[in-house]
Amino acid sequence: MSAEEGAGNSLGNGMDAGQANGTGGRRGAGRAASFVTNVIFAGLGGQGVIKASDILADAALRAGLDVKKSELHGMSQRGGSVSSDVRFGTRVLSPMVPRGEADYLVVLAASEVEVTRPLLRPGGVLLSPDLIPDADLPNKRSLNVALLGALSRYLDLPPEAMLDAVKAALPERLHAVNAAAFQLGRKVAAGQGTIS
Amino acid sequence: MAARGENTHMDRQLLSGDEAVALAAWHAGVALGTGYPGTPSTEILESFDELDGRAQWAPNEKVALEVGLGAAFANARTLVTMKHVGLNVAADPLFTAAYTGVSGALIVVTADDPGMASSQNEQDNRRYAIAAGLPMVEPADSQDAYDFFVAAIEISERWHIPVLFRMTTRVCHSKSIVRPGNAAAAAVPRPHFEHDINGRVMIPANARPAHRRLRAKLVEIAAWGERQAWEAAPGHMPLNRIESGDKALGVIASGVSYLHAAEAAPGASFLRIGLVNPLPLERARAFAASHARTVVIEEGDPVIADSLRAAGIAVESKAEMYRFGELDVPRVRRILAGDTSPEPAAPRGKPPELCPACPYHTVYATLKKHDCIVAGDIGCYTLGVLPPYQAMDTCVAMGASIGVGLGLRHVLPPQEARRVVSIIGDSTFVHSGIGGLVEMAYNPPSTGHVVIVLDNGTTAMTGQQEHPATGRTLDHGPTNKVSIEGVATAIGIPSVTVIDAYAEPEEFERLLLERLAASELSVIVARRPCILAAADIRKWEKQAAGLRAQAAEQAAFDLPLEDR
Repeated sequence: MSAEEGAGNSLGNGMDAGQANGTGGRRGAGRAASFVTNVIFAGLGGQGVIKASDILADAALRAGLDVKKSELHGMSQRGGSVSSDVRFGTRVLSPMVPRGEADYLVVLAASEVEVTRPLLRPGGVLLSPDLIPDADLPNKRSLNVALLGALSRYLDLPPEAMLDAVKAALPERLHAVNAAAFQLGRKVAAGQGTIS
Repeated sequence: MAARGENTHMDRQLLSGDEAVALAAWHAGVALGTGYPGTPSTEILESFDELDGRAQWAPNEKVALEVGLGAAFANARTLVTMKHVGLNVAADPLFTAAYTGVSGALIVVTADDPGMASSQNEQDNRRYAIAAGLPMVEPADSQDAYDFFVAAIEISERWHIPVLFRMTTRVCHSKSIVRPGNAAAAAVPRPHFEHDINGRVMIPANARPAHRRLRAKLVEIAAWGERQAWEAAPGHMPLNRIESGDKALGVIASGVSYLHAAEAAPGASFLRIGLVNPLPLERARAFAASHARTVVIEEGDPVIADSLRAAGIAVESKAEMYRFGELDVPRVRRILAGDTSPEPAAPRGKPPELCPACPYHTVYATLKKHDCIVAGDIGCYTLGVLPPYQAMDTCVAMGASIGVGLGLRHVLPPQEARRVVSIIGDSTFVHSGIGGLVEMAYNPPSTGHVVIVLDNGTTAMTGQQEHPATGRTLDHGPTNKVSIEGVATAIGIPSVTVIDAYAEPEEFERLLLERLAASELSVIVARRPCILAAADIRKWEKQAAGLRAQAAEQAAFDLPLEDR
């Protein structure tokens, strides 16, 4: 992690209008000032892992940041392991979070926690499904959005941008239940979250 | 929807590489997109269709390329998409299309899969560009995919040559921000036909000068590529770019490898290659000469490194261990550090499996129970190789199940030969299984043979695309339906049976045992819709029935009064 990260909590820091398209010789300087947040979502096919990463990436886009997201699909509907990387900040290069450098690991299936833990950097934050009390979840299928709510506590993204992205990703009839799930996640994450 | 040629889209869009190609194709006035589904290329044509482009699935990649070539002979801008192994199928027309050239534009997307996220091999299709003598363009992210697609159209039209557009899994499926440019600036050509017998009829007398014309075009394109780092048309990124940094380390990279390298070596200088064939050799020579150390960072085969070294340019290449799998930032760091120590193992997650309600369970349970020798094929049903069934013995290429099964039958002792079954999906059967069935009728093994077509009514593995035997087009509208059992009967297979093996497992078992015992050629079509697609299929069938009723009503109305 670069020194800028510690100082760079305000996301506007070091932004450079010329960076996003990689214009010529100035790029070297742009890279040095870059500040990137790395999030990995993991779970099993059908749990909404990719939907969750789409929502976070859209929220970063709405916040005016550079963003990339990457995953391997193809097998995801067949119940196998699925993970998706989201990287956002002033300028993002590789679309993949380097192994052991994720700032946040959001896991939707308890069985996937141990296999994916090596992806997290030392001191990174693990948000696992047991964070969200089953009984309080308005709908079992909104676990992904509840964990996004929990994640929103940690990220330097406006929560409104995240909620707007949740709504944009889902049909209107699901807005209320997912807004409730998002708020539940925010509530339980206040003062929680496992530091690995 | 924006009118064709207008660019009223949002300023910044988060798009996958596939979506960016579709958007560029739409903006550039591509008249026809065709291809065969294959991860990671499938979403290009689906997105092009959603944008209201004319997109259609072909039965296989060879046919798709031929349809695209015909459209490009008629002056249209044309897009053909496939995964890397699809280009093997389309290679025959591809090599000679390089000789004929095109009148309009023909862009052939090949989506490679280093690391084999969902493929049977990790062949590096940059070799095809060299072998066929075609220009090849390779983007690194979605913005590149948009810009380079437009550049590919320009190359194709300027030199009247098909252009290969190489993507990889990470570029196809990663999302990044795209600022769409004004791709429609140049006038979209109007399709029309002009005779050019010498240019398009590749009898030897015409093909000999055509080969020379092709090589002359490549010389011109190479010279153009050398200038690319400096000469970008207004509004367009150059394909090849130099980014100056530290003189101690120069990196030559293309595709997504460039992005990994830029992150792994933030201070280095870069020669970023977007036109991977022909390579800008003189730029590379000057670049290497001006850096203390120059390393080529590329996924897969050392294609760029070998070419540069053959031209006498002193560059370092990666160690052999990095030929395998995808690159990422940590692997590029290791390459630059010359680290060849064992790499940490990737997380071992849960493997995929047949869906719990998949109609194929009973088929695989029966094959396992009777210890069949199963020549398998490519699709969801390949998952039958995994526990609990492990009921597949071979899987090589699309359609190979039938030929491989016949080969086994021909040479095995009769006792063993009678246990051989070929198993193939509906979409795969149409793609390249029909030729195998013709072979079966033509050269029948003495013990006969049994082919099971697993017909779930969709191309399930790639995300439920239509194919000719579903009777629906890419956008799920009704069209002519190819009958699998009708094809088998017409070819002359004496025993053709359709059965729902999921609903009638005992009857399926009885039928299979009977056909294995008979020294006869048999096709069993095990038909039941994919559990993931069943609801959609019912919806589309209902829509089609509605359309048919409407048409019938209209036809009745159009009849002269006395005939009503």
